[in-house]
Amino acid sequence: MSLDLSVLAGEAVYLVAFGLLALGIFALIAHGNLMKKVIGLTIFQTAVILFFVATSAKWQATLPIVPEAGAAGPAAGYMNPLPHALMLTAIVVMVATLGVALALLVRLHRRYGSFEEDDLLDRVE
Amino acid sequence: MGEATVSLLPAAAVLPALAAATLILFSGRRPNLREAWSLGAAVLQSWAVIAMIPAALAGGALELRLVELSPGVSLALRADALGLVFAALSSVLWLLTTLYSIGYVRALDEHAQTRYFFCFAVCVGAAVGVALSANLLTFFLFYELLTVATYPLVVHKETPEAIRAGRVYLGYTLGAGTALLAGVAVTYVAAGTLEFRPGGLFSGDTAAGTIWLVFALLGLGVGVKAAVIPLHAWLPLAMIAPTPVSALLHAVAVVKAGVFGTLRVVGYVLGPDALAASGAWLVLAWIAAATIVLASLAALLQDNLKRLLAFSTVSQLSYIVLGAALATTGSLTGAVQHMVNHGTLKITLFFCAGAIYVATGRERVSELAGLGRRLPVTMGVFAVAALGLAGVPPAAGFLSKWYLIGGAVEAGFWPAVVVYLSSSLLNLAYFVPIVIAAFFRPLRGGDDLEEPSLMMLVPLVLTATAGVLLGLAPDVPVAFLSLAATAAADMLGGR
Amino acid sequence: MIRHHLPALLVVVPLGTGLALPLLATLSSRLAWPATVAAGAITAALAVAGVFQVLAGGPVHYAVGGWPPPWGIELVLDPLSAFVAAVVAAVSTCSLAYAGGLDDPALRGRLGGGPALCLLLLAAMMGIVVTGDLFNLFVFLEVAALATYALIGAGGGRALLASFRYVILGSLGASFYLLGVGLLYALTGTLNMADLAARLPAAEASRLVPVAVGLIVMGLGIKMGVAPLHGWLPDAYTYAPPAVVALLAPVATKVAAYALARILFSVLGVSFVLDASVLGGALAWLGAGSILVGGIMALRQDDLRRLLAYSSVSQMGYIVLGIGLATANSLAGAYLHILNHALMKGCLFFVAGAAAQRLGGTALADLRRMHRLMPVTTACLVVAALSMVGIPPAGGFFSKWYLLLGAVESGHWVFAGVILAGGLLAVVYMFRVLEHVCLEPRAADDHGGGHARVGRKDASPAVLLPLVVLAVGIVAAGIFNASIVNGLLRLAASVGVG
Repeated sequence: MSLDLSVLAGEAVYLVAFGLLALGIFALIAHGNLMKKVIGLTIFQTAVILFFVATSAKWQATLPIVPEAGAAGPAAGYMNPLPHALMLTAIVVMVATLGVALALLVRLHRRYGSFEEDDLLDRVE
Repeated sequence: MGEATVSLLPAAAVLPALAAATLILFSGRRPNLREAWSLGAAVLQSWAVIAMIPAALAGGALELRLVELSPGVSLALRADALGLVFAALSSVLWLLTTLYSIGYVRALDEHAQTRYFFCFAVCVGAAVGVALSANLLTFFLFYELLTVATYPLVVHKETPEAIRAGRVYLGYTLGAGTALLAGVAVTYVAAGTLEFRPGGLFSGDTAAGTIWLVFALLGLGVGVKAAVIPLHAWLPLAMIAPTPVSALLHAVAVVKAGVFGTLRVVGYVLGPDALAASGAWLVLAWIAAATIVLASLAALLQDNLKRLLAFSTVSQLSYIVLGAALATTGSLTGAVQHMVNHGTLKITLFFCAGAIYVATGRERVSELAGLGRRLPVTMGVFAVAALGLAGVPPAAGFLSKWYLIGGAVEAGFWPAVVVYLSSSLLNLAYFVPIVIAAFFRPLRGGDDLEEPSLMMLVPLVLTATAGVLLGLAPDVPVAFLSLAATAAADMLGGR
Repeated sequence: MIRHHLPALLVVVPLGTGLALPLLATLSSRLAWPATVAAGAITAALAVAGVFQVLAGGPVHYAVGGWPPPWGIELVLDPLSAFVAAVVAAVSTCSLAYAGGLDDPALRGRLGGGPALCLLLLAAMMGIVVTGDLFNLFVFLEVAALATYALIGAGGGRALLASFRYVILGSLGASFYLLGVGLLYALTGTLNMADLAARLPAAEASRLVPVAVGLIVMGLGIKMGVAPLHGWLPDAYTYAPPAVVALLAPVATKVAAYALARILFSVLGVSFVLDASVLGGALAWLGAGSILVGGIMALRQDDLRRLLAYSSVSQMGYIVLGIGLATANSLAGAYLHILNHALMKGCLFFVAGAAAQRLGGTALADLRRMHRLMPVTTACLVVAALSMVGIPPAGGFFSKWYLLLGAVESGHWVFAGVILAGGLLAVVYMFRVLEHVCLEPRAADDHGGGHARVGRKDASPAVLLPLVVLAVGIVAAGIFNASIVNGLLRLAASVGVG
């Protein structure tokens, strides 16, 4: 089941994933606007999901659906379904996190009227 | 080492004070009941300690293992000769100090009396625990407990000055505790055990570096409480505490825990042989000798009576440390004896200082002129104890000095002989003028001054009497001299 | 029956009660906290039973949904997880009882939302402890974090900002963790811890293993609040509602520390930690740095809660240092410190919460005269403070003792020095608190006898009971530490050695 990791270096998708990771972290650090931090976090998390899903990819493999019992071909002919299943869970978790973050921001904005961290620090007693 | 017998008596020596402490906390609103707990515990504790002495003199020791504290190391108590000397000293003097304390705090209407008596009881329990510890970890446990329980007594007055003194006190003693802990850990790793063993824990082939490391760490750990210069600065500052605290804790329990620890480390952890072979004894001896002389000189310059007594304590404590460093039969016997003699005489002097303060509000040496006429008992006792401490017979000071000097001759370390003799002269130089002024100079003001209450007078007369008796008949009623000789033989038994 | 399902019940009991709580609260809102405490107590009883079962019959494995590992999710009770589960459940029960007794307005929602979130947090923490699956661990980490975000935010005002900061950092940490797990998965094709441990040697040559481990350590380090990854912690502990901090501070960070130890030793093995000298060394230095940074920062604080927060950073450093040294004694010390620190930090934050309620604040200046106003609370504070400082027989001494032995016997003198220095820092910052709480500066000639008695206004019995239980626990954990260490932690520390 384990992958040939030489793939990692050659695959463009991993470069994209790590590029997104870097972008997300940059947004988290560089922006003083809390909403933009949330966007950065989302980009970062999406990059992780992309990375995870990419590990399940195989050349010349098909969907891991076996039409009838006992008809399955060799494992190399199917994509690995587990990362997809895991990432569904992870997406749910991340959506929940996003929801909490937004809820906090809404309460902050209602009360102090700003998303800027500096303003907020001033206005919160 | 004689065989050990399992017995509950060691626990009966340590627990009464700790139990009394708890009861005191819950009796805060009923002062008489509260003080009854202290007195009752002191009596019980003294009885338990004295009851253990025959077994120790016979060469055995009563022992009690409670729970395992760390794999292979138990919370264990063991009443050997050395430990019993310190335990008996602390217990009996606690009884007298409690009486004296009651008179003192009530006369001054002190605040937080419950906290005061609570901490006092914990301190004494911890001191006896230090005395009867059977291994280094138990020793460390009680040693730290003693440190912490003394702190509220040092800051008792809660003045900014007292709080500063408290910080200095904690800095020194808990810093020393840290060094001690490191030393305990190194000992455990290097020797594989922490049980005190006469002659030391280290075999002959232990690396000299390890011996020096353990010596430095443990020495630092116990040296602070023993107030060896340059680790002594906390002691004069701690004199800000109420006088009974200075009397029992800073003349007996706490500082004696330091010199007692030195004796334990020398005799039962490092061992006289390892100490001699590594040359570490020479370092210890010179530090102690310097302390004796420098502290005596410093005492000459003090005007505050309690600070003068504090510097005198610093000097006298190092008599014992020097005796431990030389590690001959005479010097060790003298050192153990001097714990008792100095304790008894110094507590008498502090009792006198406190009595003078309560009766007259005076605490400076220069204000004591002529007081001998108004307070003849207090000042008379002061004179006997002060001269005794300087080594004038019949009070006990001269006896232990005799052994100490004999031991120094035995070791062939002549600088020690010179130091002991010159220090006695310095003692006379700072005590005699006080006595002469008190009795032969005119009194300035205060014709209506009177002796303090009996609650304070009786204890100080009793301790002074004990101080004289210890000189005349050192084995009656408590066999201190025999115990000291047994302890010295025990420590050298490894040879 | 129960014995068989024990690992699952540890999660199911608090989770089920938490979900049912809003329903219960519609019947009577007064039932919410008692039901919460009952659920906590049952969980704690089960966890303690788990300890004895593991000691008697060896590890308990449970396949969730009947799917055998490595395909299904496995729950495992072994000496280490059983110990941590018992500590977390027992201390959390005290925290829940305390929270109920404090009756914090911030958690007084009509539908029992506050207590329900507390139970959700407890369920997730138990899940982190018992799970044998790396991805499942991530899910539970996030569930715990989500509950925590909401609970911290309940404080309003600055707590909202503190909570937001934790959302960002916590999610970042979880993502790092997930990334590391993803790499391990890519290398071995499994997420089950035991299975991964078996397969990893074949992949160990890969240079990606250290990268994966580094990401996991960084992710969990954020959750643990180890310096320099502690940015979220001080504000969160200072501004969250006191009842919430009482639950978070003792156990939440420990659970992440447990996860780290579990992954390092059960999955990677002690030999990996020690042989990949970069990792063990880096962890030990991380811990040592945290001890010093946290301790020094604690010196500068004028608010009790903030001071305690930095002290937590320092104390977590001890646990990480012990894990990094990876000797039998240092691991025993680190695990024992999970217990001791949970007890004493819980006790201290309980005191802080009670003081905030009765004295109107936790700035050190607000605490003057506390020893006369709140004597029982102050007594507990003194016990916990002495334990922090490391005065035997309080428990805090003994964890440091084992750590010190571990450092000395492996010849790491620098770390031995840091362990001792951390104790001295604790002396300074804890006695600074005690000075404010117990002493009242006065003039030199004032003996204070004439001072007016002040009326006591100590916390209510419902608050004092859990507080006193923890204070007694601190001393008991110290006196009986050898039984815990010999009976349980030696076994726990031997995980991954062979």
